[in-house]
Amino acid sequence: MASKTATKDIITLRGSAAIVSEFFGYAANSILYNRGVYPEESFARVKKYGLPMLLTQDEGVKSFISNLTSQLSEWLEAGKLQRVVLVIMSKATGEVLERWNFSIETDSEVVEKGVHGQRLCSPFTWIESDPKLIANPQMVKLHSFDTKIHKVDTLVSYKNDEWDEE
Amino acid sequence: MDFDYAHYMLTDGKKGKENPVGSSPSREAYRKQLAETFNMNRTRILAFKNKPPTPVEAIPNEFSSATHQVKSAKPRRHIPQTSERTLDAPDLVDDYYLNLLDWAAAIFFPLLLDTHVKWAPDGRHIAVGLNNSEVQLWDSTANRLLRTLRGGHSSRVGALDWNNHILTTGGMDGQIINNDVRVRAHIVETYQGHHQEVCGLKWSASGQQLASGGNDNLLHIWDRSMASSNAPTQWLHRLEEHTAAVKALAWCPFQGNLLASGGGGGDRCIKFWNTHTGACLNSVDTGSQVCALLWNKNERELLSSHGFTQNQLTLWKYPSMVKIAELTGHTSRVLFMAQSPDGCTVASAAGDETLRFWNVFGTPEVATKAAAKTSSEPFAHLNRIR
Repeated sequence: MASKTATKDIITLRGSAAIVSEFFGYAANSILYNRGVYPEESFARVKKYGLPMLLTQDEGVKSFISNLTSQLSEWLEAGKLQRVVLVIMSKATGEVLERWNFSIETDSEVVEKGVHGQRLCSPFTWIESDPKLIANPQMVKLHSFDTKIHKVDTLVSYKNDEWDEE
Repeated sequence: MDFDYAHYMLTDGKKGKENPVGSSPSREAYRKQLAETFNMNRTRILAFKNKPPTPVEAIPNEFSSATHQVKSAKPRRHIPQTSERTLDAPDLVDDYYLNLLDWAAAIFFPLLLDTHVKWAPDGRHIAVGLNNSEVQLWDSTANRLLRTLRGGHSSRVGALDWNNHILTTGGMDGQIINNDVRVRAHIVETYQGHHQEVCGLKWSASGQQLASGGNDNLLHIWDRSMASSNAPTQWLHRLEEHTAAVKALAWCPFQGNLLASGGGGGDRCIKFWNTHTGACLNSVDTGSQVCALLWNKNERELLSSHGFTQNQLTLWKYPSMVKIAELTGHTSRVLFMAQSPDGCTVASAAGDETLRFWNVFGTPEVATKAAAKTSSEPFAHLNRIR
């Protein structure tokens, strides 16, 4: 048990939160590029995780994502984040077309007890929302990863499309 | 629904209000603590208040109609075959970081995979339409990538067809591009007309006309004689009779200017067209989604493949459209059909991940003899490849 704790100290809670929130940033960029949400030309190639990753160069999108990831990092450190959902909606109809669901399990032992005193989100940047589910979705479960402090599972659900292979 | 919280609010909360005299300070404090805990334990769904910048529309507006909708994303389906990996208890940070690369690759790679492939008429080259809007050209004998066509489409390429050295590509962006694969500046012509994803493309045998079907339920006939060098080419015919996506397209081998088209789940019809005049010659309700069409080269017959519920292949007599046979076996919709060079065997591929072979077209000799019989047995039997 003692060695297990020591091992976990190596990947500190803060480090894990940083890694996971950084992952979300790259995942969000990747999804926006591959799903064609923003034009291809607005992305630039960088090397990350040993892969060519695409990052948006649009200042508006960049700041949106970086605000998001710094907030996620805070919540991850506090052990308060259960899931992150990235929703792609039709601009015209508001209909939810695709839903990327990242579920998070946090090792509660490691989460510091000073949680209650910690400053939570500013009430001005976040608002209560509905889950934005898709009716009768098709779902694909992708790989999960585990830092030993945070375990992240990825599930994408989307509207049934006429010609999608079953 | 948080029942615990709801129950608390409905009962304990009330109790407190009804008997203020009966509650001691410590009880009050306890109740307050309980309320706080309940509030803290309730899961909240929060949305980022600031909205991200609105993307610019990729599809030109000039062809919009009352039913125009911008679908901003279309799903890709591929499940990685590699087994799930989790990081083992890392004694060393290095080990941990290596594993980090593995899962990152496993998560991001599936987004880059493609499924649309087409052999060139020379039987040697293969065109592959990718999710990222690029089209790759491979040499199958040398096993190498010859070139990548870029800059044409702005989103995934879901339909391909060859016309000699011209590779025609249809994209999710609704555009159809003729690429001359021999030259550097490969885009030689653009057809604009679809305002949703192009899901079907077929050149006529003469290479003079192209039929295209889209998720917008439209069927377009394009003619090479209408080519324009400085502007997108206008269609020859725009056919709006189908009431669902048009993926299945097949030109008749024994009658010029005759095209068969099939509609998706909301339509289920096979329609026949004179592509010279644009007239609809016949329409037959098949009862299920038409995924693919194939004409018999040896006889006057048409083979259609379907989805829900039977996932069958149906053989029809032409032009009477009498059903000759129904071939079942696939357990999910039959998306692709191809025939052997001698025109006798048909291979079908379905979402059930099997490939089946059917001796459905027979030999000219056998087919004549079979027609003479009054047996109602289907022609099928088949090898199964998983």
